[in-house]
This record gives sequence, C-alpha cells and structure tokens, in this order.
Amino acid sequence: MADEQKPGGEAAGEPAKPSPPKPAAAAPKPPATMAATPWENDLARELKERFGDRIGETSTYLGQNFIVAKPEAAVPILEYLKLEADFDYLVDITAVDWPKRPERFDLVYIVYSFPRNERVRIKTRISDGYKPETAVGVHLTANWLEREVFDMFGIEFAGHPDMRRILMPEDWQGYPLRKDYSIIQQDQRWVQENLGIESGQ
Amino acid sequence: MKAASDASMPDSTFLDSTELVLNMGPQHPSTHGVLRVILKLDGEKILGTDCVIGYLHRGVEKIAENRTWAQFNPYVDRMDYVAAVSNGLGYCLAVEKLLNIEAPPRAQVVRVILTELNRVASHLVWLGTHALDIGAITPVFYCFREREEALNIFEKYCGARLTTHAFRIGGLQYETYEGFEQDVKAFCDMFPPKVDEYEALLTGNRIWKGRLTNVGVLTADECKEYGVTGPLLRAAGVKWDLRKAQPYSGYEKYDFEIPIRQNGDTFDRYMVRMQEMRQSVRIIRQAVENIPEGPIMGKVAKVIKPPVGEAYVSIEAPKGELGYYVVSDGSTQPYRVRVRPPSFVNLQALDRMVRGALVADICAVIGTLDIVLGEVDR
Repeated sequence: MADEQKPGGEAAGEPAKPSPPKPAAAAPKPPATMAATPWENDLARELKERFGDRIGETSTYLGQNFIVAKPEAAVPILEYLKLEADFDYLVDITAVDWPKRPERFDLVYIVYSFPRNERVRIKTRISDGYKPETAVGVHLTANWLEREVFDMFGIEFAGHPDMRRILMPEDWQGYPLRKDYSIIQQDQRWVQENLGIESGQ
Repeated sequence: MKAASDASMPDSTFLDSTELVLNMGPQHPSTHGVLRVILKLDGEKILGTDCVIGYLHRGVEKIAENRTWAQFNPYVDRMDYVAAVSNGLGYCLAVEKLLNIEAPPRAQVVRVILTELNRVASHLVWLGTHALDIGAITPVFYCFREREEALNIFEKYCGARLTTHAFRIGGLQYETYEGFEQDVKAFCDMFPPKVDEYEALLTGNRIWKGRLTNVGVLTADECKEYGVTGPLLRAAGVKWDLRKAQPYSGYEKYDFEIPIRQNGDTFDRYMVRMQEMRQSVRIIRQAVENIPEGPIMGKVAKVIKPPVGEAYVSIEAPKGELGYYVVSDGSTQPYRVRVRPPSFVNLQALDRMVRGALVADICAVIGTLDIVLGEVDR
C-alpha cells in the first residue's frame, strides 16, 4: 500500500491550524482564513433586512456568494429564497466537519435560480447533536440529500419523513465523513468481526 | 446481505389480498448496475417503490481527504465511468477555481473535444442499453460499434478507454497524438449518418413509441422540485444547459443549440438525447477546426496548495449537473470534496415517475433516467 495514512484520518499531519474559515482578521503571511469580501446587492440587503441578526454575514469568495446564518434560520431562508426570489432549485446539501470548533459542523445548502441564473450558498454552523429542521417541506430534493448527510456525518434532521442511512448498511457503526473516523480502524474492526483474524493493515 | 428490514417497507407488513411486494435487483440486467428497487404492486400496477442503493459505495469523498489534490484526480473517473472525462473536467475546474487559474487555450479546446466525444459515448451506452431493456436487440450492437470509435481516440490519446484521467489540474495530461485531428474529424464525418440509422430503427417504430410515449412523465415543475437536471429537465421544456447558462472551458465560443421537448415523457427524453449527440458532433467539428497552438499546462506549482477557501463548480455532464464543492484548509490535501452527482439526485424522482404505472414500465424509466450506479453510490 503506497499511500501513507495519517492516524485518525485527521485533516492534516501538521500541527493544528486555526480552522474556522471566516472572520477576516489581519492574518500573518498566508492568510489562514478564507479571504472573502462582503457581498452587497439588492438580494443581500433584502435578506439582511428580512432576517436581521439571524444572518451573520453575506460574503462572496471567488465570485461565489454565500450567506452565513443561524441554524434555525436556514429553512426559512430557503423558503424565502424560493418563494420571493425565484431560487427554485435546491442543488445540494452537504456538511463539512471542523472537529476543533465548538460548533463542529458547517451545514451547507446550495440553491440556484433558473430565472436569475445565479447560485447562493447558505451555511450554518451547528454543534454535534443539534437537530436542524428538515428542508423537505420546501424542496423535495432534500429528502435523499439529508439522508446522505445523516449517513455520513450523523446529523439528524428534525421532521424528516424517512431519516435512515442511504449509502451505508443499516447496522453501520459511526459516520464515515467525520474527521475522527479512521478508515484503518474501520477496516480492522470489520476483519476482526467478520473473519475472526487480525487485520494486516 | 441482511434481510430487508421492515423499516424499508410501509408501516404495515400485512398487505391487502391484491397487493404484492416484488424485489428487483441488485443483480438485474435492467437496473444498469447494482440498484435494488422494492416494488409494491397491485397486480401489474406499481403502488410505490423503495430504492436501496449503496452497493457500490467506495467512500470517494473520504478517499479525497486522504490524498493530495492531484492524487485524487484519477478517483473521480471511477464515479460515472461511462463519462469519466466529464468527471475529470469538473474536478479540475473546481480545483482551478480554488487556485484562481485557468487552463491555457489549447488545453481548453482539447478538453471540449474530449468531453463532447465522451458525451456521445455516454449517450450511446444509454441508447443501446435502454433499447435493450425495451426489447430491441439491434441498437446495442450499433451503438457499441460507434462508441468503439470514440474510445479508440481516448485510447490513442491517453492509453485508457474508460477511466481516462485525461486532464490535469491546470491543463491536459498529455499532448495530443499525431493524427488526433484527423481521427476526430473522421469520427465527425462518420457519426451523424449513424444517428440517422438509429433513428430509422427506433423513432418511428410503433413498439418503441408505444412503450415510451407518456411513460414516466416528469413535468418541469416536478423536475425543479426534485432537483432533476440534464436531458430529463430539457425534455420537460426547460431550456437550461450549464454549457450555455454558465459557460466554462470556452463553451460560449461554440455555436450549438440546446434541444428541448415539451412532454417530459420517456420518448421526449429519447429525442432530446438523440439531438444532443448531433449537437455534440457540431461542437467537436468547430473545436477541431481551430485548435490553438501553445502550452497544454498552465502555471501550476508541483505541489498544489490552494489558499484557504471553498468553491462550488459544476458542469453539464451527460447526465445532468455534476458539481464539486471543494474546501481547502491551505494544505496539500483536500479538506473536503463533495460531489453533487446528477445520477443520485435524478434517481430520487424514480418513485414519482413510476407510481401508477405498470411493472414493465419501470425498466423503461430506469433506462431513461440514465443512471450509473458508480456515481449514485460513489
């Protein structure tokens, strides 16, 4: 096996970097945060007006706009965008795990508007165990997408009609895309349980 | 494999005397791979379905976090393996976006040629197997005959026929080979009459029309509701194609049309894909006529370390919107790569498309969805 696995599947072998991607603090040489700039147009203003402090920031990075919002505001924002601003297509729901942060997960919604030909990302930060509201009531696509997020990260969606694993077997242990989920451990356990021998990995 | 748990069935395990549960797959020739569908039937009529997927799950997104940016590149080919070039293009574009670079003009044109050839090859697999599911044996031989020509070009270019790894982050993997242009032009001359041939076999065929018309209808609103993209959306009358809506790799320079149809049924999706193959040839012709001279690789460091940040980049893959959401923490390895697979999202609409239809229709509908389980399960 030519690939060098890092213990515990941690993000990077080097000493931990401050991972939170946002606040544009004055950083040393290579900025350790995302160099996002404020996103200001009618839509961003409308959203801020409407949702007030439930929207933390509206920014743009590499020409892509995103909103950072409070977790409980995500579904109302999706609904608002769908009904009032023609964002009628939910492209994707996914998550990113930042285990060193108290609010461990970034939950990311990507929406697209056919009439505007524009994409927006809505990001919320949630802690482990927090159950965000399901978006199935707004976009039917959310059904499988949320099931996948649950399957891979263990984020349970409140009110989801069918919250069970989708890609992994029902009796699977752990959530594979969490950073502390090691693929080596996983392999060793499987070999021990199913073959009754020690894994050579 | 475990016995199907009751969780996958409706609340009551007791069926009415007329109801029947039928398991289809995961080993079934017309599920195009390892898709398992549990059907609840009333005689021949489908009352509901439950898709069981994940048999081909390889944890591609997890693998990405344990590889460098460049090392992960070949893995994406293994998702939609009948359209590997598109997968590679999407990934390269996403990382290039993070790095804020663009491939040089020559690389972009060759990328378009190979991607469109791959779209044709992908549609040919779809057409051959779809027709086979319906009971037409001949088209699959015709389709694979012409697909061979496209794959030969890939093979001469990079040595691989299916999992091509044709592109690198920042440009192309290889310079084109001697005679590339002639081969591509020969394909463009050879192919359109063959499409006529397929159409002569199928388009006016009474059985073909009977089996496809008004089967698996998905309206434009339903498509948007389910996030369904690609030919399925266009067959429902929405003129939307990312190559036009948000052009990448210089697609804005080519003159081509987005074929649409209005009914959103299986027959219309067939017509849309047939037209798309012709349009792809049109694009390839224009591209191959003027491949600029110049380098095939942009200025990319040997060790790729994108700045901290994130980007979502999507392309029009043969099956719909293929997106990559990439997050970098500034290291040499991806912090997160999320693939937004068109097959996975489109498959979710299966239930809506077959409810109330007959058992035989489900083969037509799975065929028309044009899913690749490698991409559904990743």
